[in-house]
Amino acid sequence: MFGKSWRRLAPLAVLPALLLAACGGSGDSDGGSSSSDTIKVGLLHSLSGTMAISEVTVRDSELLAIEEINKKGGVLGKQLEPVVEDGASDWPTFAEKAKKLITQDEVATVFGGWTSASRKAMLPVFEGNKALLWYPVQYEGLEQSPYIFYTGATTNQQIVPALDYLAEEGKKKVFLVGSDYVFPRTANKIIKAYAEANGMEILGEEYLPLGSTEVSTIVNKVQQAKPDVVFNTLNGDSNVAFFKQLKSAGIGPDQIPTMSVSIAEEEVKAIGTEYLSGHYVAWNYYQTTDTPANKTFVEAFKAKYGSDKVTSDPMEAGYNAVYLWAAAVEKAGTTDVEAVKKASDGIVIDLPEGKVTIDGATQHVYKTARIGLIGDDGQIKEVWASDGPIKPDPFLKGADYPWASGLSS
Amino acid sequence: MSAPVADAAEAPAAGKPATSGGWRARVVTPQLPWRVVFIVVLALGLLAPFVLDPAFRLPLFTKYLCYAIVGVGIALAWGHGGMLTLGQGLFVGLGGYSMGMYLKLHEAGPGNVPDFMSWSGVEKLPAFWEPFRNPVVAIIGVIVLPIIVATVLGLLVFRQRVRGAYFAILTQALTAAFVILLIGQQGYTGGTNGLTNFGSFFGINLFEANGQRKLYFVTAGVLLVIFLLLRLVVASRFGRLLLAIRDGEDRVRFLGYDPTVIKTIAFAISAVTASVGGALIVPVVGIINPGMLDIVPSIELVIAVAVGGRYSLAGAVIGAVVVNWARTNFSEDYPSGWTYFQGALFIGVIAFLPRGIAGIVPQVRDGVPVLLKRLGITLPTRSGPPGGPPAAPPPGGAPVLIPGQGTPEAKEAV
Repeated sequence: MFGKSWRRLAPLAVLPALLLAACGGSGDSDGGSSSSDTIKVGLLHSLSGTMAISEVTVRDSELLAIEEINKKGGVLGKQLEPVVEDGASDWPTFAEKAKKLITQDEVATVFGGWTSASRKAMLPVFEGNKALLWYPVQYEGLEQSPYIFYTGATTNQQIVPALDYLAEEGKKKVFLVGSDYVFPRTANKIIKAYAEANGMEILGEEYLPLGSTEVSTIVNKVQQAKPDVVFNTLNGDSNVAFFKQLKSAGIGPDQIPTMSVSIAEEEVKAIGTEYLSGHYVAWNYYQTTDTPANKTFVEAFKAKYGSDKVTSDPMEAGYNAVYLWAAAVEKAGTTDVEAVKKASDGIVIDLPEGKVTIDGATQHVYKTARIGLIGDDGQIKEVWASDGPIKPDPFLKGADYPWASGLSS
Repeated sequence: MSAPVADAAEAPAAGKPATSGGWRARVVTPQLPWRVVFIVVLALGLLAPFVLDPAFRLPLFTKYLCYAIVGVGIALAWGHGGMLTLGQGLFVGLGGYSMGMYLKLHEAGPGNVPDFMSWSGVEKLPAFWEPFRNPVVAIIGVIVLPIIVATVLGLLVFRQRVRGAYFAILTQALTAAFVILLIGQQGYTGGTNGLTNFGSFFGINLFEANGQRKLYFVTAGVLLVIFLLLRLVVASRFGRLLLAIRDGEDRVRFLGYDPTVIKTIAFAISAVTASVGGALIVPVVGIINPGMLDIVPSIELVIAVAVGGRYSLAGAVIGAVVVNWARTNFSEDYPSGWTYFQGALFIGVIAFLPRGIAGIVPQVRDGVPVLLKRLGITLPTRSGPPGGPPAAPPPGGAPVLIPGQGTPEAKEAV
């Protein structure tokens, strides 16, 4: 009966409530304990937006590593205290939250990022504040920031070995399909240089906007080109549409196999095994990788997050990052950034993918390249591996890659 | 800066010369409280850089002010002109990329191409980048590019009498096209990554406390100037015509004015403010990328203005600051669930405050007497002191053309 007038007065009730929510919250974070018996570390991944589905799993494995280290007594006798922030799949937000972790929470280091764009946005923040970022995902190389450690593969540890494998298998005609952003474009640039030097033929190069599912044109082109293999750098939802259409066009792995560099166990589960079984992927770690450390990792992850969970390469690289940083801090005897950087060179630890060594010069790690075949159970079986861990070469300057001399200037 | 809320009281008072002389009559006017508020806000604005942490909180606040600059332009086009521009990202992008290109070239040094070009295989600087080596050209670009785009678009669209949802969709489609262009031309635009990694802005070191303070004063100064200029625009004959077009375009046409020209000018003004805001965001957040101009951020800009109050320029400033401040706080405190709070804020304000935060005062002023009346309580009527200034006319008596006080039909005519 007082409808109209009550509605007019409702703001009186709404506003204080909102202000309380915001102020109350901010009070908590400002008054956070900064006791000296813990070491704060930042975890910065997208917990909302398109990248959340992938990045949440990396955050989970990093939290697992922190928990394990804390159980064993922490680092330098202090417990690690994770400070989690949301990058929201938005590059400026990554830069903002990185700044917050460094200047407000005064974390000793940050583990974070997934997309190259988020790393590029955070890079000036870490360099400007002389703070450390551990980046856990395979990427397009051609970068070497003094304040970033790269625990995922660079190109000579993933894409180049994948091409070597295809060449060995006699796959000469390649079709390139990718999402339209920096990783696929740079990867394809490298692939084209490799193909030219190794007598391979590139039959086509097609890009889809991130998140697009309009794949029918591309599938048609693939069908007409009849390549020996499709090199797939699509990311996210586009993969679901691409593999479904490929199958419904009658193209199975027997006719045209694909080699994907962005599909891991988590994505196999999401896309559906029936569309992917028999296709190839290139990574440095699979859930099935046979090492004692991996057995412990998979078991611990399932115990903490549920038995239906899978582990994947980026998750493992995030987990590794925490252990590698902790080892470097123990060796340096301090969390001071410059000391940790200096101490990091040559650190070797047994991790799920095997022995991992930090290369101090590039701040990348040695990694074994592994080609896997997706099975009917959604697990990936290793069919080929490099002879031991490959030395990281982000700019492909080494003598092994003469064809890459024109790629970086 | 809540002065424009006072428009309701100010306009009738301005229409009548003060009936009695003396300093008291000049100082104690109905808009006095709003002037006090304005001065208090200015004082707080001057204090802010010395209170807020220059390493983190101050740049964030500066960012909110950049969005406020974009917001006042939207309030002019939408609140005053009835043009719902859902694609301000286009203009934010024109300004942001003009500035970003200059900063990137400055960083690369003479003769070199920006870092992302060499990754993408572009060895020679494209011709359209070359002029942006010059900071003056970059600043002219920030101002002139949006004017050209908005004028061409406005003349084409408003002449065809494209209005309402069709106009909104059109602006949105253009923004989407711009974003696709930026992403697709990675070698020339930086693609999804955008332009990032700059250390200085016209000699201001962005990693020093004093650099951040300078940047804040530049941004706050630009906001103040744009705000005061737009206040003049709104109060002018042009501003009244714009309101008249919002509320009855055909009537204005029949009176012999050309709505196309007036709307195009207003649209171009809002485009320039968006572009200037966009240009200032670049050094503040250190990056400009297509994700910042896409459809969703463009809609968020409009929502911020709606939250603040679109009929009032000050409301737009309040909205931009409140919404972005809430976003920062919610996301820091509840990293996994902050989007829900953000949504609740939008829904709450739109459901309960149709005129936004700036509309609270008139809403309460109108609401309390009605409520009391329904409850059967009567208050003793106030009478102006003898010899004092004339009491403000009752709210209902304000002219139709006053922002936020239009007829109910007019208010929905977007």
